This record gives sequence, structure tokens and C-alpha cells, in this order.
Amino acid sequence: MAEISYAQAGMDAVAEEMRRDPKVFHLSTEAPRPLVEEFGASRVRATPIAEGALTGIAVGAAGSGFRPIVNWSSVTFSFVAMDQIVNQAAKIHYMFGGQVKFPILYRASVGGGTRRAAQHSQSPYSMFMNVAGLKILLPSTPYDMKGMLKTAIRDDNPVILFESGRLNNLKGDVPEDDYTIPLGKADIKREGSDVTIVALAWLVHEALAAAETLAGDGISAEVVDPRSLVPMDAATIRASVRKTGRLVIADEAGPTAGAAAEISALATEDADTFAALKAPVERVCALQVPIPYSPGLEDHVFPDRNKIVAGVRKVMAAGR
Amino acid sequence: MSLSPEQQRDMLRQMQTIRRFEERASDDFHNGSIYGVVHCYIGEEAVAVGVCAALNRDDQIISTHRGHGHCIAKGADLNRMMAELYGREAGYCKGKGGSMHIADFGIGMLGANGIVAGGIPIVTGAGLAAQLEGKGRVAVSFFGDGASNAGPFHESINIAAAWKLPMVYVCENNLYAAQTPATQTLAYQDVAARAAGYGIPGVVIDGNDIFAVHEAATEAVARARAGDGPTLIECKTYRWRAHTERVNQPDYRPPAEIEEWKQKDPIDRLVQHLKQQQGQLSDEEWQTMDDEILQEIEASVAFAQASPFPPPEAALDDLFAAENTEAHHG
Repeated sequence: MAEISYAQAGMDAVAEEMRRDPKVFHLSTEAPRPLVEEFGASRVRATPIAEGALTGIAVGAAGSGFRPIVNWSSVTFSFVAMDQIVNQAAKIHYMFGGQVKFPILYRASVGGGTRRAAQHSQSPYSMFMNVAGLKILLPSTPYDMKGMLKTAIRDDNPVILFESGRLNNLKGDVPEDDYTIPLGKADIKREGSDVTIVALAWLVHEALAAAETLAGDGISAEVVDPRSLVPMDAATIRASVRKTGRLVIADEAGPTAGAAAEISALATEDADTFAALKAPVERVCALQVPIPYSPGLEDHVFPDRNKIVAGVRKVMAAGR
Repeated sequence: MSLSPEQQRDMLRQMQTIRRFEERASDDFHNGSIYGVVHCYIGEEAVAVGVCAALNRDDQIISTHRGHGHCIAKGADLNRMMAELYGREAGYCKGKGGSMHIADFGIGMLGANGIVAGGIPIVTGAGLAAQLEGKGRVAVSFFGDGASNAGPFHESINIAAAWKLPMVYVCENNLYAAQTPATQTLAYQDVAARAAGYGIPGVVIDGNDIFAVHEAATEAVARARAGDGPTLIECKTYRWRAHTERVNQPDYRPPAEIEEWKQKDPIDRLVQHLKQQQGQLSDEEWQTMDDEILQEIEASVAFAQASPFPPPEAALDDLFAAENTEAHHG
């Protein structure tokens, strides 16, 4: 085990996969120095600021036998590449009848809390979840980041790995030996019996802090981290809710048609899970506005541990 | 570079195959056997055939929404093409694509693409793959004058030029972006002039002269294979039919203009060349070739009609490639 940061775990995963497989190469508007030094400027290319072209170049290279990684940096820069993401990368395998594989990893940071205002603080993963043909990942720890990123590179499909910018410096134990984490497997980050908190990315850590606070009041919260939004591990989420009878969902994105709405539907449309619910489902999400700049405004918009605690108290009080 | 009479007759056969295939496809669209949309390439055949004749089988191309010609020129199977248009299981895409989305990765045909300019970055990625492999493959992007005004054209050519990718960009300038004349959307009518801004060669040629197309393509392909980077070739041409086969959709182009371009028929020009300049094609041989082509088209329709429709539940197939294993990997 080594204690490394979330960002370093991502960097290590890419380097290890590039060592492992000569077909892996890297495109981004700024080439990561350590990767250039180890693998050279041909495999680790600094590109023009032209994310649309980069995104499509990855599709063509993947269809020609390579395993490209494109780092958009922030998700905000992916929007100029929407045609290539939605019309090309997501559909090309299906539309051409599965003739060849398109193994591509797209990476992008999401989230806020960095006082960068609306265009550089957002969590629009549900927009991409809505597009059939993309796998969508959202790790919350250095361990998950490294294992899932490796799985994503080895996957034969377009995968978008969203990473929480707030977690870049978070440290955690990561094995030094090769390991991967299967996609579509949620992780129970804390076991509990009174309420299930399904939390995403940075909010996993806020939920764990909230659970600690709640434990002081005798409320036992289970924290479930889906880790992978497509495919989503509905079975683990439902099993947890059947056990606790209460569901709070914490997401840094706004609530409208978001991942939290999807998780709520997956839980409640299952008859056994619905029957086990003792209270209405509660979503603890960002307010449905662009993220504002001034600290007081931004903090007001985002959910945090206190809002999760309040959400849990609400469902405990509403119990039947 | 001179083409043997046999090579010229092969080119003629391919051009006529494209034309006959599309005549049948548009008939079958109008009689309801083919669904959705069919965009015909008739009139522009010399571009696809002239360029693809300069390529090897493992070279890659990407096409547009007007893709039948590029498929046929790259060597696609007429049966599987027609079956795809018919929406059948035996089609290239198992009935998932239709006319606008035919691909055959096995012959380096990376697909027709329904988004104008959408294919340009993708085939540029194939060019990057070719460069990383270092085996001398090249990749060719076909697109129209409409696409030349879209971002992916500029972004991709800039990257290909900066990285000296083994690319050839072929603009089929048929003077209209769907219904809109290029005179309304381009201040300067030669798309190839933009090559100068990217530091690459740009040439304007008569796209209805298959010899001019082939010569320009051969030179550009040689340059790409040698590692000297991309070329932008602009082929001035014209489509005879409307933008798309559509009922009750008027074609606003001046009839005299259409007629003028029909006089520049690339197929007739090659036929006359073979007949008169070289005495390499008799009236009878030409008739026989056309009859054979019509029989092939008829056979492709029979093949399509004999293929079952995919079962409805096949709609769920191929969303993702099968679970990856070590065997798939590398």
C-alpha cells in the first residue's frame, strides 16, 4: 500500500496502462509532463485547443485498433465536442452493427467549491447518462480512481470518467500491485441500519462526515457510493434501502433529471424496495442554478454534510 | 502516370455501378422498399472512383451522408449494401444504419456519416493511428463544400498539418450545401485556397475528369505515405439529383444549370475517351458492361429481399462491445 492523492492515482493508472499496452496513447491540450518524459511526445501529445477534433480523432484511432485517452480537463470543455460525443462516439458501435470496437477513455473534472464560477463549476454527468452507448464513471477515492480508470482503459467501449476537482488532493491507501474495479459495482463506504445515503463523488466524504454526526444521535446511516453511473448497480442500492427503509441521495449536481432522480426511480420502481420504504425519498442536491462565484453564494448553492444531516433527520421524522 | 485501358475500364465499371445502384435505390425508395432517406451521388462518381483507385485496400476512407459512391469505390459488397438499405439482417449494419450509415471496416471504409463534417475528425484519427503504426497507410476524408465551413474541417486539418498526418482531404464541391448555394455561404469559392493557411498544398481540379482526380489523388497519397503530411484536394462537381430523395421537396436549382452539368457527365467523358481516343471500348462492350452491372444490381436487390428483417429484440444488440477479456485486449 502507498498513500497517494486522488489526482496521483489517476496519473499512476494511466502510466501503468501505457506501460502495459503500447496501443494506449494520450491526447490533451496540455501534455502531462511525467507521461511525456516516460512515453515520449508521440504517444503523449499536446494538442491544439480543439476538443471537438480530439474527441473524434479518438473515435477514429480506436476504430483502427488503438486505445486512446482524451483528457478534456474540465467537463466544460467537452461541450464543444458534443457532436463527436453524442452523434459519433456513443452511436458508432451500434449504428454500424458492432463491426469493430471503440475503446476510448474520456476524462473530465466536475464539481465546484473552487470559486471558479459558472462555466468552470458544474456536474453535468446526467446529460451524458442520457446518451445510450456511453459508460459513465465517478470515483470518489484514490483507490477507486486508480482501479476504475484502469478498467476504463481496458474496456472496449467509450467510457467517460468524471473526477471531482475537489478531491484532487485527497489522499488514501492504494495498492502498488495491479488491480482493477469492475464497472457497475457500487461500494458500501459505511454500513448502517437506519437510513441509506447514496452519495456521489465529493459528497461521499460529506455523507461519511454526516453519518458520524448522526451516529452521535443514535442514527445509523449506511453510505453507498455507486462509483459507476452507467452501468448503475441498482441491486446494491435496492438491497441497502430494503435493509434501512429510508433513502437520502446526495449529489453535487442540480436535482432536475439528474443522477439523484435516476437513483430514486431505480429504488422506488422496484416493488420490494418500494414496500420497504418507511418515508419518502429525499434528494440533497445543488440548487438548480448556474454556480455563482462569491463564496457565500457558492456555498449556499451546494449541498454539504449539514444539508445531508438535515435530509436524514427529515426522513427519520417522516417515518411510518 | 498513365492508367492502362484495363484500369480505365475498371474505373468506368465502378462509376457506372454507383450510378445504377443509386438509380435502383432511389426507385426503391420511392416505391417504399427503402426507408428514411437516400442521398444520391449521381454526377459525382469520378471523385470517389478516381481517389479510391489511388488507394490500397488497407488505406482508410470516411464518407458523408452521400455515401454509396465511396462504399462502392472502396470495394464494398453490393449485396450487403442493398440489404442495409432494405433494413435487413444481412445488411452491413444488420439493419441498424440504413443509407446514411453504411460502413465496412474490413475494407477501410469507416462509414457514411449523417452529420455534415462529423466524419472529418474521425478519419483524422485513423490517420493518427496510421502514423503511430508506421506501416505507410494513409487515410482519406471525403466531405462537401458545406462541411468546409464547419469547425471540424478547420480543427482537423490544422492538427493533421501540424502533426504531418498521412491524410488526404477531398472536398467534393457540388456547389450546394443541401439546398443553399455556396455563393451565399463562401466569400471565396475555392475551398482549396484555405490550405495555404494551414501550410499544406491545396489543389482545385475538375471533379468530373477522372484522370485529373486520379492524378491529384495519386500525388497526394504519395506525399502522405512519404510522411510529408496532408493535402487538400477540391473537386468541382455537381449532383444531378436533389439533395435527398424526398417526395414533394422542390429542387430550387436552375434547370439550365443542372442540364449544363449533365453535359459534363464524368461517365460519358470516360466512355468517349476510351472509345475515341484509344479505341479501347466498343459500343457493344459498353453495352455488355452496363448489362452486367444491371444484373449485379438486380442480384443485390434479390439478396436484400431474401434476407429477413432483424427480429425486433435485436434493437438491444451491439449497444456495447461484449465484455472485455484479456483475449480481446491488445
